[in-house]
Amino acid sequence: MPATPFMTQPPAIPKPSEPPLVEMPARKRPVVGIGGAGGGQSGQYPIIEAIKRGETPEPRRHESVMSAKHILDIQNFQLWYGHSKALHGVTLPIADGKITSIIGPSGCGKSTLLRSVNRLNDLVDGVRTAGSISLKGEDIYARGVDVISLRKRLGMVFQKPNPFPMSIFENVVYALRISGERKRRVLEEACEKALRQAALWDEVKDRLKSSAMGLSGGQQQRLCIARSIVCEPEVLLLDEPCSALDPIATLRIEELILEIGQRYTVLIVTHNMQQAARVSDYTAFMYLGRLVEYGRTADIFQLPRLRETEDYVTGRFG
Amino acid sequence: MRSIAEIRRRSISTMMFVLCAAGAALIVSLLLLVSGYLVWIGISSLSWEFLTAVPTGDVSNPGGMRHAIDGTIILVALASAVGVPVGVLAGVYLSEYSSEHVATGTLRFVADVLTGVPSIVVGILGYELVVVPVSRMTQSAVSFSGYAGAAALAFIMIPIVARTTEEMLRLVPRTYREGSLALGATRAQTIFRVVLPGAFGGIATGVMLAMGRIAGETAPLLFTALGSRLLTHNPAEPFPSLTLQIYTYATGPYPEQKRLAWAGLLVLLALLFVVNLSIRIVASRHARTRVGA
Repeated sequence: MPATPFMTQPPAIPKPSEPPLVEMPARKRPVVGIGGAGGGQSGQYPIIEAIKRGETPEPRRHESVMSAKHILDIQNFQLWYGHSKALHGVTLPIADGKITSIIGPSGCGKSTLLRSVNRLNDLVDGVRTAGSISLKGEDIYARGVDVISLRKRLGMVFQKPNPFPMSIFENVVYALRISGERKRRVLEEACEKALRQAALWDEVKDRLKSSAMGLSGGQQQRLCIARSIVCEPEVLLLDEPCSALDPIATLRIEELILEIGQRYTVLIVTHNMQQAARVSDYTAFMYLGRLVEYGRTADIFQLPRLRETEDYVTGRFG
Repeated sequence: MRSIAEIRRRSISTMMFVLCAAGAALIVSLLLLVSGYLVWIGISSLSWEFLTAVPTGDVSNPGGMRHAIDGTIILVALASAVGVPVGVLAGVYLSEYSSEHVATGTLRFVADVLTGVPSIVVGILGYELVVVPVSRMTQSAVSFSGYAGAAALAFIMIPIVARTTEEMLRLVPRTYREGSLALGATRAQTIFRVVLPGAFGGIATGVMLAMGRIAGETAPLLFTALGSRLLTHNPAEPFPSLTLQIYTYATGPYPEQKRLAWAGLLVLLALLFVVNLSIRIVASRHARTRVGA
C-alpha cells in the first residue's frame, strides 16, 4: 500500500449500525467468490465481512464526489426480487457531465442498480423498491411518473449489442419515430449526427438502408450507442457495453465513451477494472448489493481509503 | 478380441439403425405410392376444360371444376381475413401481455384443445351457430352460405395461428424488447415495430400452414357452405369447394364424375404443394434476416 498522507491512520473499522450480534441467523444464500482466501483471517476485510453477515456498513464516499454537482441522485435505494434483496440502501449521487463507473464482482447489483435508473426493472415480475432515485431533482419512483417519457430522457446500451432487425437508418432514428417524427430531413440529419458522434458514420454512410444485422459486433454496439444518443439523453447508461466484444472493438468503444463523455453524463457498469480506470472520472465499488467506496477514479485506484477497495482493484481478491 | 457383450451392443446398434431406416423408407414409399397413384389416375382427367368449365349436369360429360377451385380460394381468403388478425392478436396477447395472469394458462390450454377439435364438430357448430340462426332471421328455409363455411374454417384457423404466433414471438430475444422500451417506446410500439417484424417469417409460416390445413378440410363445410354446382362468387349463397365437390363426385355412382374427383384431388394437392413451397421460401428468408440476433 502506498504511503500517503491519507493512509497515516489505519482505516477505521466501520461501526455497524447495530451492536454486533453474537449469533447471526444462517444466511440462505451461500456467499460466493470474493474474499474466499482471506475469509478465514478475521479482521482483514472488516467491511466485506460485515456485508457477508448481512449488515450494511456505512460506505466511504469521498468529499470530492459528494461536493460535485449532481444530475442523478440515488438515495438509500433498495430493491427486492421477490423475497431476495438485491440492493441494500445504496446512496450514490452521480456527478453532472462526468463519466461514473460502477465496479464490483458479479452479482453485486451493479446492473440491477443501472436498470433501476430507467425503471427497466419494472418489467420483471415481483420487483419491489424503496428509497428514491431523482433525475434533476424529480423522483423517478414517485407516483404518477410517466415512465415512457422518463426513459426518453435516459439512453441505455446493453451488454450484448441488440440492434433491431431493421435497417441501420431505422435503428438510429427509432427513438424519433416512436415519438412521431416523420420529416425525412429531420430524421436524416439526426441519423447522421448520431452516427458521427458514435464514430460509425464513415463505415456505414453508404449502406444506411441495409440490415443492421450485417454489421460486426463492435459496429453493432456503436450503432446501439448512436441509437441511444439520437434524442440527446440527459444521462447515458452503459451496462457492460464491451463484455461481448473483442479487444480491438473494446478499445474503440472506450475511446468513444471518452468522447461521448464530453457531451453527456455517462454511468457505466463494468466488471473490467482497467476499463473503469481508463474511461471514468468517478468510480463506485459495490459488493453484494451495497456501496463500499465511492470517489474520484484516480483516488479509488491509487489512494483508496479501504483495504477492501485496494485489494479488489489490484485483483488481490474478487 | 471382442467380448460377447460388445458384439451384442454392436448388433443391437445395427438392428436399431435398420429398423429406423425401414420406418423412414416405409413412410417415403407410402407417400410416393399415394401421390404416384393420384397422378397416374388424375392426370388423364386433368384438362383445360377441367380448370375452366363448370358442371354441365350431364353425367356422361360432366364438365369441369372451375367453380370449386374458385370456391376453395375464396373460402380460404375469407377465413384468413378473419382468422389471421384474430389469431395473431390472440398470440400477441399470450406472449406479450399475459405473463402475470392466471388466465393465460387456461387460454393456452383452450387454444391447444381447439387445435385438436375434430373438424366435423366445427362443421356442426357452424351449422348450429351460423346457418340455423341466419335462416331463422331471414325467414328462409336454408341459409347455407360461403360465409358460414368461411366462419367454420376461421374457427379452425384461429387457434393454430394464435399458438404459432405465440411460439414465434417467444423466440424473439428479450433484448429487443428491452432495447425498445429503454428508448421510451410503449409496449404497443415495441410489439408492432420490433417484436412482430422480428417474428414475421415464423408467423407467416404458421399462417400458411393453417391456410393449407383449412384448404383441405371437408367436414366443416358439409353443413355450412354445403357445396354448389354453380359458379358463384357470392358467399351469401351455398358455396362450392374443391373438397366438397370431390366428396360428392367420389361417392356418386357415375364413372365420369369419379374421374373428375381424381383430377380434383390432384389440383388440391398441387395447391397445397404450392402453399408448402411458399412456406419453405419464407422460412429460409426469415432465417437469413435473423443472422446475429
